[in-house]
Amino acid sequence: MSEVQLDARRLLCPLPVIRTQDRIEQLQRGDRLTVYCTDPGAIHDIPAWCRVHGHAVLEIVRHDEEITIRIEVQG
Amino acid sequence: MDQPRKAVALISGGLDSLLAAKVVLEQGVHVEGINFFTGFCVEGHTHAIRKTDRARPKRNNALWVAEQLGIKLHIVDIIEEYKEVVLNPRHGYGANLNPCLDCKVFMVRKAREWIEQKGFDFIITGEVIGQRPKSQRKDTMPVIAVESGADDRLLRPLCARNLPETLPEREGWVDRERLYAFSGRSRKPQMALADRFGFSDYAQLAGGCCFLTDAQYSRKLNDLWRARGERRYELDDIMLLKVGRHLRPRPHFKLIIGREDGENRFLEGYRKQFTHLVTRSHNGPLVLVDGEPGDEDLDLAARITARFSQGRDAEAVDVEIHIRNGATLTRQVKPISGEKIPSHWYL
Ligand code: SF4
Repeated sequence: MSEVQLDARRLLCPLPVIRTQDRIEQLQRGDRLTVYCTDPGAIHDIPAWCRVHGHAVLEIVRHDEEITIRIEVQG
Repeated sequence: MDQPRKAVALISGGLDSLLAAKVVLEQGVHVEGINFFTGFCVEGHTHAIRKTDRARPKRNNALWVAEQLGIKLHIVDIIEEYKEVVLNPRHGYGANLNPCLDCKVFMVRKAREWIEQKGFDFIITGEVIGQRPKSQRKDTMPVIAVESGADDRLLRPLCARNLPETLPEREGWVDRERLYAFSGRSRKPQMALADRFGFSDYAQLAGGCCFLTDAQYSRKLNDLWRARGERRYELDDIMLLKVGRHLRPRPHFKLIIGREDGENRFLEGYRKQFTHLVTRSHNGPLVLVDGEPGDEDLDLAARITARFSQGRDAEAVDVEIHIRNGATLTRQVKPISGEKIPSHWYL
């Protein structure tokens, strides 16, 4: 099981979602991905993308402009 | 039992593609969605940038549609490849810089490549004959099918019964009798079908799917090409055209002026790439300069910046000019008066 990070700061939606999707494509079930982004739209879009693909969102942290989303790959 | 057949549905985030996918799902086909990001899509960013738009739900419509349908959605970045479609559309443009027919061909072709790679059987779109004057006509339907290479693997469930039989119908993967024969510009049949499926809250799915159909946006894009002397663009260019007030006081430079905090913050991300101005003595916008301004031009830019600050009626406003890769100068200027800004400066 690996822990992976993805820097999607400054990208506008839907690019953070696309980068997340493309990264998860290379991961295995049980792997964890932490995405860092700044577009507030990602707070809705990344979890929505995870829901339709059956991945688990473990945590969303918002700190000023920065958003951190932790995902566990499932599905 | 046989494995269910698999289809990919082009999901634009509009009502028609939602319904088309639903019609096929109802027939027991395994459906997944695909959505293309061209850089021109009216989605998230503009809403995220502008405070005035913040009250609106900032959802991605294509993802919302996928959730309603309970299907997977694959979002594909086609920014680079799409440039050829925008710059050299074989079938020309619509009312503005929207190359809709070429765009459809391109997206269906990408979907065709996708199904071939993933082992899916056919492609679904929400097209309706006569819905759009240029790209959704009876005679353009075969153009899209043929030029994309999808041929009879392309099914339009909402108007299929007005069109020749396709592979999924012939093979009995879907029942043609349970497809539709919508045509024309009316939205009533779609709304009735949405109600029948129990979809609500789809009202805001209507409307143009991309900025290229917008007259003002297209004017700004044309201006960019004219000013650069060549037709090309980068993602940053087309993003910046969605933000701020754009004024071109001289052929060799234009100003991008933030209209409120959200836009100013967005523009801040571009400070390193552009000469930019901010007012110091008063609150005001962040202004980016796109082009090669000379010294007098900077003075004009400073006076315009002052005009859009809270010091617009003041005798003098301090403006800081940050030259790209260079010095920072502060100049005290008198804000330019409204009459001195000819309307043709506004893009
Ligand atoms: S409106 Fe834009 S995205 Fe939609 S078909 Fe036309 S060019 Fe393509």
